Amino acid sequence: MTTTTASQVIHEPRFMDGDEFHIATFALLQQDGTLFEGARAPELGRETARRIYHTMVLIRVLDERMLAAQRQGRLSFYMQCTGEEAAVIGSAAALDDDDMIMAQYREQGALAYRGFGIDEFMNQLFGNAEDYGKGRQMPIHYGSAKLHYMTISSPLATQIPQAAGYAYGQKLDGQGRCTITYFGEGAASEGDFHAALNMAAVHRAPVIFFCRNNGYAISTPSVEQFAADGVAPRAFGYKMHVIRVDGNDVLAVYAATREARRIAVEHNQPVLIEAMTYRLAAHSSSDDPSGYRSKKEEALWREKDPVNRMRLWMLAQEWWSDDEEKTLQEQLRREVLETMKRAEKRPPPPLASLVEDVYAEVPARLQEQLDALEAHVRRHPEAYPKSAPGLDQGGA
Amino acid sequence: MTTATKSASRKLTTARAMAEATAQEMRIDPRVFVMGEDVGPLGGVFGNTRGLFDEFGAERVRDTPISETAFIGAAVGAASDGMRPIVELMFVDFFGVCMDAIYNLMAKNTYFSGGKVPVPMVLMTSTGGGYSDAGQHSQCLYGTFAHLPGMKVVVPSNAFDAKGLMTAAIRDDNPVVFMYHKALQGMGWLGTEKGATVAVPEEAYTVEIGKAAVTREGQDLTLVSLGAGVHHCLRAAQALEEEGFSAEVIDLRSLVPLDRDTVRESVAKTGRLIVVDEDYHSYGVSGEIIASVAEHPGCRLRAAPKRVAYPDIPIPFAPTMEQWALPNADKIVAAFHQMLTDN
Ligand SMILES: Cc1ncc(C[n+]2csc(CCOP(=O)(O)OP(=O)(O)O)c2C)c(N)n1
Ligand SMILES: [Mg+2]
Repeated sequence: MTTTTASQVIHEPRFMDGDEFHIATFALLQQDGTLFEGARAPELGRETARRIYHTMVLIRVLDERMLAAQRQGRLSFYMQCTGEEAAVIGSAAALDDDDMIMAQYREQGALAYRGFGIDEFMNQLFGNAEDYGKGRQMPIHYGSAKLHYMTISSPLATQIPQAAGYAYGQKLDGQGRCTITYFGEGAASEGDFHAALNMAAVHRAPVIFFCRNNGYAISTPSVEQFAADGVAPRAFGYKMHVIRVDGNDVLAVYAATREARRIAVEHNQPVLIEAMTYRLAAHSSSDDPSGYRSKKEEALWREKDPVNRMRLWMLAQEWWSDDEEKTLQEQLRREVLETMKRAEKRPPPPLASLVEDVYAEVPARLQEQLDALEAHVRRHPEAYPKSAPGLDQGGA
Repeated sequence: MTTATKSASRKLTTARAMAEATAQEMRIDPRVFVMGEDVGPLGGVFGNTRGLFDEFGAERVRDTPISETAFIGAAVGAASDGMRPIVELMFVDFFGVCMDAIYNLMAKNTYFSGGKVPVPMVLMTSTGGGYSDAGQHSQCLYGTFAHLPGMKVVVPSNAFDAKGLMTAAIRDDNPVVFMYHKALQGMGWLGTEKGATVAVPEEAYTVEIGKAAVTREGQDLTLVSLGAGVHHCLRAAQALEEEGFSAEVIDLRSLVPLDRDTVRESVAKTGRLIVVDEDYHSYGVSGEIIASVAEHPGCRLRAAPKRVAYPDIPIPFAPTMEQWALPNADKIVAAFHQMLTDN
């Protein structure tokens, strides 16, 4: 008989409750922008720090503006990253730019850090003819093959096994790359999470599982999501490296992810990171949090604002100034607004694109359906307000 | 059987009607409880469990961890234990992560236990698009679910039927999939169909599962649809009337069992059939309805039947693209004109 456990044998029943595992929270930066006593900032040069901070401000501005646009009826749907910028952008910054990112949906900051332009965001949000996804996916489901950011898929947690597989491929490739996959503490309840972590540990895939524990899954607080102390303890069950980090502390997130990347790539070991943070905004433009959480709780977390925390640190480094802040804010606001106005005027993709890419070639059946549809739309243009330009214009 | 009095003039949204039916059954039957994502204090993202948490508390109206496999599988277990759980799959599009619990357990446990283990549960799930949420939040998948033996499938088109079908579903000893179209819920952000908010009696009543409704009578054409499609048909029938044609509109209400007799009787009278379905064109409800008419010895079609359905493509986000592809009243009218020309 073979056995896979080298367990000691005992003769009294002894149950364990797991309480011996206490997972501490790694934090470096205090809210006033100074380091904790004894804490050492990661080696993060001025340029990288500025790139991170710039991205944080961009995402704040973009999120505010696009939520407002949704409220004005210009956009069907939006999701903000507000409150989680340090977790998302700090971790993306710790990677190489050609490491793979498989995100959930609230990680626009990671994509922006890679250089996705405001124009590119807008084209996706409005689903116009210049959107890489050809107007097919709903807003915030960005993707960029060039920037190694897999197109977002709506069903939760399904990106996690894919990340394990992508990373396994990277290991076989031998180019020293890894994959990071982001997901919420809610999505981590899906079977896909458990299955993926177990497999990645067995296959020794260089993948970083990055959990944004932001306290809520739509209206469901994390106490309804798991009985354990967060998501981090699960790593032990898979024999996986794990760290919990203050997700509103950009320096700690950066340092933790850098080290996770080293473990993943140098030792072919997956790593789980649990970033403790808070979803300051509503779940999405369709949600109103006042029905399930208190203003007081939100205010408490607003005081822990990650962007503000980084700004204070940057000021103290003299890597940033109040003047620069003012200029950047104004410039981004202007740029976001102007870019949005341009993007929303662009035509939708052409009607014929409806049937493209369903298969490698358009089958006869779909061509028939398209022909019928096109004939109908041409005969009844009044029923389809934008169809006159959209029918023939646009492009891939 | 519809046992309701028609006296009630109080109008309810479909969401409220579903919640009311659930509450009334929960009051009289302690075996009924609700599980799902955000069904508790929030009252469901589509409003159909509103008020239940306050009245019945957290043990009977349970927000669950996000694992559809876990809570649908658990509901099958609880139902096998004599309970009558109601669970919600937030969007039918997410069935992929939990289908085994649905079609291998919920639908088959009774059969494979030799009839010893009934699974009296209700699986509620939202369907439909039209509000720009793309192909993983907008599908109908009526055909997919109706195709699989072992579970009943209902699809109300208005609040009255929603309440009656929900009550019937909860009392039914079979698993019932209750598919509600988002545009009929009466939630502002989903492009609400006004015709779905109708008078609903306050007392509990049932609408028989497996009985279609003739929503509008006519002589020249039979329009068959379900859910939101019924409202497109009613608008098309109105437009055709102005042209001097009278269309009969049949609301299927239930896909499994399917009321083929009502459809056949209508077609026997009109001789013309158009099926309207927001689900994919091929291998779906529209094909089944047409086959059910065509294969019947009494079939007297005067023209080749037609379907107005969603093309066989994933549903795109861009509002214009989605509107191009969705069924609507104009397309139904155009299909009828085509039918006359073809003949
Ligand atoms: C399989 C599946 N089930 C349910 C949903 C609906 N849904 C979308 S987001 C969400 C909550 C996710 O919460 P969490 O993972 O914590 O991420 P957060 O929104 O907090 O960033 C739910 C239930 C979905 N998209 N996919
Ligand atoms: Mg969350």
